[in-house]
Amino acid sequence: MTMFDLTLAAARDELRARRLSARELTQSYLDAIAALNPRLNAYITVTPERALAQADAADAALARGQAGPLTGIPLAIKDLFCTAGVRTTAGSRILEQFVPPYESTVSANLLRDGAVFLGKANLDEFAMGSSNMTSAYGAVENPWKRRQDTSAVLVPGGSSGGSASAVAARLALGATATDTGGSIRQPASFCGIPGIKPTYGRCSRWGIVAFASSLDQAGPLARTVEDCAILLGSMAGHDPKDSTSADRPVPDFAAACKRGVKGLRIGVPREYTMDGMPEEISVLWQQGLAWMRDAGAEIVDVSLPHTKYGLATYYIVAPAEASSNLARYDGVRFGLRENGEDLRDLYERTRAAGFGPEVRRRILIGTYVLSAGYYDAYYVRAQKVRALILRDFTEVFSKVDALLTPTAPSAAFAQGENMDDPIKMYLNDIFTVPASMAGVPGMSVPAGLDANGLPLGLQVLGKPFDEETVFAVSAAIERAAGFSALPSIRAGA
Amino acid sequence: MSLDPATVRRIASLARIRVEEREVAQLQNELNTILGWIEQLNEVNVDGIAPLTGGAQMALKMREDVVTDGGYPEQVLANAPDRAGPFFAVPKVVE
Repeated sequence: MTMFDLTLAAARDELRARRLSARELTQSYLDAIAALNPRLNAYITVTPERALAQADAADAALARGQAGPLTGIPLAIKDLFCTAGVRTTAGSRILEQFVPPYESTVSANLLRDGAVFLGKANLDEFAMGSSNMTSAYGAVENPWKRRQDTSAVLVPGGSSGGSASAVAARLALGATATDTGGSIRQPASFCGIPGIKPTYGRCSRWGIVAFASSLDQAGPLARTVEDCAILLGSMAGHDPKDSTSADRPVPDFAAACKRGVKGLRIGVPREYTMDGMPEEISVLWQQGLAWMRDAGAEIVDVSLPHTKYGLATYYIVAPAEASSNLARYDGVRFGLRENGEDLRDLYERTRAAGFGPEVRRRILIGTYVLSAGYYDAYYVRAQKVRALILRDFTEVFSKVDALLTPTAPSAAFAQGENMDDPIKMYLNDIFTVPASMAGVPGMSVPAGLDANGLPLGLQVLGKPFDEETVFAVSAAIERAAGFSALPSIRAGA
Repeated sequence: MSLDPATVRRIASLARIRVEEREVAQLQNELNTILGWIEQLNEVNVDGIAPLTGGAQMALKMREDVVTDGGYPEQVLANAPDRAGPFFAVPKVVE
C-alpha cells in the first residue's frame, strides 16, 4: 500500500487525522508527474510552486482544525478552466500565451474548499475531439495497455483526455473536466475511472472557455464514485455570473452513493447498440442489468426512438454554437496575432495560424449551417430534432428512475486509428450525445475489462437535477463490479 | 446539398479563416462528407415541433441594470498582442 492507493475520501481522512501532511501528499504527486508526464503528456502546464504553497496553506488550516471539504487534496484542472495567473490554453495554439486575470467559478469553488492545483490538464483543442489527438500540445497516452500488443499507444479518449489519463495513472487524486457531447464520460470509460456530467446548469460555466454554450457542462473525474460525488459537491452551485446556472441547493451527493437501488426502476433503452459493437460490450451491459436486478432494482425495457439522430443533431448544433463562440479569437484583444495587410487580413491569418484542422472544420460547418438560406434547413431542423430527443427522455423518465447503457461503442483505440474519417471519430460519442442534447445527467462507471484487458464503462443516465439517483445507481454498479484492475503505467506501481 | 469550391471559399471568408487555394479541395471533400451524413435528419418528421434552443429548461434570470464589475484597464489589456496606452492597437484601418 502506497500513498497513491488512497482514494480522495481516504486521503481527506488521513489529512484530517494528521497522519499525512498536505505537503507530503502534494510533493509525492508532483514527483510522480515529473516521472511520468514526459511520457503520458497528461498535463500541459505543471505548477509545482503554487501547488506546494497551497499545500502549506492547507496544512496550516488543518493544524487550526479548519479543514474544508477538500483541504490539501491535489487535483488536475482541465486546461479549459481559466485559472488566475496560470496560462490557460484550451489546447489551442491561439491561446498559447493567454494568462487569465480571473478564476473560473468552478475552480474558485474548489480553491474555496481547500483544494491544491497540480497543474493544467491536456485536452482536445477547444474540447473538440474524442481522442485528445487534436491538442496543439501533443497527444496524451492512455496508461492502459493491450495485453497482446503492449507496444500500441492507446488514446485516453477526449476531450478530457489529460484529466482522465492523469487520474487513471495516479498523477492526481481527481480532476475537473467538461462534457459537451461525451467529453467526461467517454474518457472515463477508456481510462477505467468514473466520471459524471451533471445536469446542464448544475455547475457554472463562467470562466470555462466556451465551445457550445447550450451543451457545455463541467464535472469531475476521480478514482471512485464517492470521490466524484465529493468533488461535484464542491464544483456545483448557483452563480449569478452564469445566467444558465441553476438556482437550487446542492444536495449531499456523497450520501446518495450509499442509498442503494432497492425499488428503483431502471430502464434499458433498446436503441443503445451499434453495428460492429463488440459482443463483450453487450455482455457487460447485460451483466450490469443483472447486478441491478440482484440489488433489488426493477429492470424495464424502454425506447428512446430518436437516439440514432443524436449525433447528426449534435454536429449541427455544436459547430453552430462553436462558430459563434470562437469568433472572439480575432488577434485583437488577447491570444495569438498574425499581422496582415489590413485588419481583415490580420483576422484571417490569425485564425488560420491559431486553429487546428478539427476546430477549423467545425467552425466552417457551423458558419455554413447558420448562413443565410441554410439556417432553417439545417440549424432550425436540428433544434426541432433536439426537442424530440428531449421529449424521448421526458417520456421515459415518467416511467423509470434511471437508464443503464454502455458508455462507448468500443474500448480505447490506438493513436492513429479512426483518424482517416471525421465521422468514424464522431461515432465514439453515439451513446453519450443524446443526454447532452437533453441536458440530463450521465455518469460512466468502470464495470469490466475486454479480452485485451482494457476497461469498459457503463453509463447511468438520470432525470434533470437528480444526480443523487445517478450516484446511487453508479455506486451500486461499482460495488457489484468490484473493478480493481489498474493500468500498467501508474505512480506507485 | 453539396458544396462547390466557391461556397467553401465563401464560408471561410464569412468565418474569417484564411484558406489557401491548395486546401480547398480537401476541405470541400471533408465538409461534404459531414453534411451528407447530417442529411439523415431529413427523415425525421418535425411538423409542429417547436425548436429547442437551450440546454436548461428554465427561464433566464433578470438582474438589476447596474455596473457590477470593471475599472481595471491594466488587467483587461494584460493579454493584448499590441497596445497603445490604455487602448488595444490594430493595423491602420482608416487612411
